[in-house]
Amino acid sequence: MIGELVVSLFILVGATFALIGSIGLVRLPDFYTRLHGPTKATTLGVGALLLASVIYFSALREGLSLHEALITLFLFMTAPVSAHLLVRAGLHHRVESRSRAPAEDHGHPDPEAPI
Amino acid sequence: MLTFALTFGFTAMGLAMLLNIVRLVKGPDTVDRVTALDTLYINTIAVLMLVGIRIGSDIFFEAALLIAMMGFVGTVALAKHIRRGSIIE
Repeated sequence: MIGELVVSLFILVGATFALIGSIGLVRLPDFYTRLHGPTKATTLGVGALLLASVIYFSALREGLSLHEALITLFLFMTAPVSAHLLVRAGLHHRVESRSRAPAEDHGHPDPEAPI
Repeated sequence: MLTFALTFGFTAMGLAMLLNIVRLVKGPDTVDRVTALDTLYINTIAVLMLVGIRIGSDIFFEAALLIAMMGFVGTVALAKHIRRGSIIE
């Protein structure tokens, strides 16, 4: 009973976070802020859903069911890497930023030079 | 309780994937579309986990792990292709 409650709570939290991340992907103004939503909120939401799955299958069967934690570990390792690569691709592509801060020189004085 | 949570979870994830597809179609730049695809595969893993809880079986675990690995490799390949024009140098 208490296990069901905890699983339900984790599902609610995880689905809400994933939804918030995807809303951020649609609503935020430029590419650099749009990348922010999925890489934080969605990863956290999927992490909570996988935790719910671990608790559910550990309660359903005898013994600990840890193979969902493998996916969580993999996602938490790969999400920052892919976000970093995407930002570098965007910088190379000169995707415009809506930020009001003065444009920063990213250490490449020649605009034609490959990043 | 669990039934309500699962219904809410499926609804929220379906809405989230619809929003990702909106960004995938609309995205003004190529990197926006790649970001939308990246989010789409992560949300697919979440939906597979919810289906696994719903039918009470973990046969979708391997599929979720495969989607996680292939999605990461795909995102890295697309990002490298945008930056360099080639994937393997």
